[in-house]
Amino acid sequence: MSNVPPDLKYTKSHEWIRTLPDGTVEIGITDHAQHALGDLVFVEVPEAGRAVKQGEPCAVVESVKAASDVYAPLDVEITAGNPRLADAPETVNSDPYGEGWLMRMRPAAGALAAAGLLTAADYQKVQEAEGA
Amino acid sequence: MGRQTPLFKLHQELNARIVDFGGWDMPVQYGSQIGEHHAVRRAAGVFDVSHMCVVDLRGARVRAFLQHLLANDVGKLRAPGKALYSCMLNEHGGVLDDLIAYFLTESWFRTVVNAGTRDKDLAWIRRGAADFGVQVAERTDLAMLAVQGPQAREKAVQLLGAPEQAAALALGAFVGRELGGWFVARTGYTGEDGFEIMMPAGDAVPAWRRLNALGVASCGLGARDTLRLEAGMNLYGHEMDESTHPFESGLAWTVALDPPGRDFVGRSALEAIRERGVPRKLVGLLLEDRGVLRSHQRVIAPAGEGEITSGTFSPTLERSIALARVPAATLGQVQVEIRGKLLHAKVVKPPFVRNGRPLVS
Repeated sequence: MSNVPPDLKYTKSHEWIRTLPDGTVEIGITDHAQHALGDLVFVEVPEAGRAVKQGEPCAVVESVKAASDVYAPLDVEITAGNPRLADAPETVNSDPYGEGWLMRMRPAAGALAAAGLLTAADYQKVQEAEGA
Repeated sequence: MGRQTPLFKLHQELNARIVDFGGWDMPVQYGSQIGEHHAVRRAAGVFDVSHMCVVDLRGARVRAFLQHLLANDVGKLRAPGKALYSCMLNEHGGVLDDLIAYFLTESWFRTVVNAGTRDKDLAWIRRGAADFGVQVAERTDLAMLAVQGPQAREKAVQLLGAPEQAAALALGAFVGRELGGWFVARTGYTGEDGFEIMMPAGDAVPAWRRLNALGVASCGLGARDTLRLEAGMNLYGHEMDESTHPFESGLAWTVALDPPGRDFVGRSALEAIRERGVPRKLVGLLLEDRGVLRSHQRVIAPAGEGEITSGTFSPTLERSIALARVPAATLGQVQVEIRGKLLHAKVVKPPFVRNGRPLVS
């Protein structure tokens, strides 16, 4: 059974969202997702300043097995991609909720509330439905 | 639920991620696939290869039978235990399977064929064997463990009795011998030294536990694939199949057209193919941009288009590598279409890694 920290929000596509004190959000992929992908070998994160809409693919995580798109969980402007991941993509596997964060983003006004993000309990149900 | 080897419950106990592989429930990794790969290149790892099919062939004319059946010539095998790698072809020169054949006695040869082609292979072998009075016995009573890496042999022999240990260490490359009820062969599919050991099914679990206790890492099919690709070794169904012949699959070296008097299945087709000229070849590719080469990606070369047959990320080189079937004139630089973008790759001659060290850069 994988780790699902209770203080984060989630999406059905296995991203987690953490609200930072300055009003930006930090996102990454869940423990379930990193486990399913296997060892990551490349991570492509977007440039700061790019605007993306909810549901738009904005990053790519590539493992030995397959490449997977990461989707913007809400309407945002990217403020940073995690610079560590270019040289150490495996950080996403070893610390998916901490040092393995993928991107930081500034939500559009009202986007966070309107996003329909899942609680940890809801996400746990999503995982169970997928047989995880 | 698929077929399971004698080690299935142990794999579950060791927290392996189990996947379907040709109808078998097999471990793809136990923790980190890349970690398992490095363990084999640097120390030792053990793989469950019990899904593969061991076929014993017995009879007075078994050597003649295999000289007819196989594209490589078992006539070369004179020292007891010596083995060779060969393709088995159909009459069109298409590859039915690749296998290893061991000469044990003049009336007993052992072959090991792929799991995915087991039924087809057994039917084909049985048909041919009937003409030579050869008995065909599939050894479903055996499990097989591959112990591979620079420390593999010294660790694996500790599972044998004292008298057998010296004999096992004395085995030359591509030689197998029955030792204390186990068949120990100095063969492998990783590019490292090591053994493949065929043993009674009931011995497999204790043997694996003992190897783990000696520091040999449990390794799954994920690492097996990255290791064999670094070593430039073909995988049936990828680099070759019934629609391809050995000359366009990097397997010309396994076809023994000498002596000219040896008529084997597919010989006349191969001679005709060679006469006409072979338009495609198998090459190695090293990706120069960030990304991962994968099967079926399109290769664009000045001489025309080709296709990746197997691709992966090489943990030893820390870049992506592949085997690809391309027009025969292809050299130097090519492009590969990956998720809609054209990335640059260099044509290289496999293997990519030898003795744990990169051969290409």
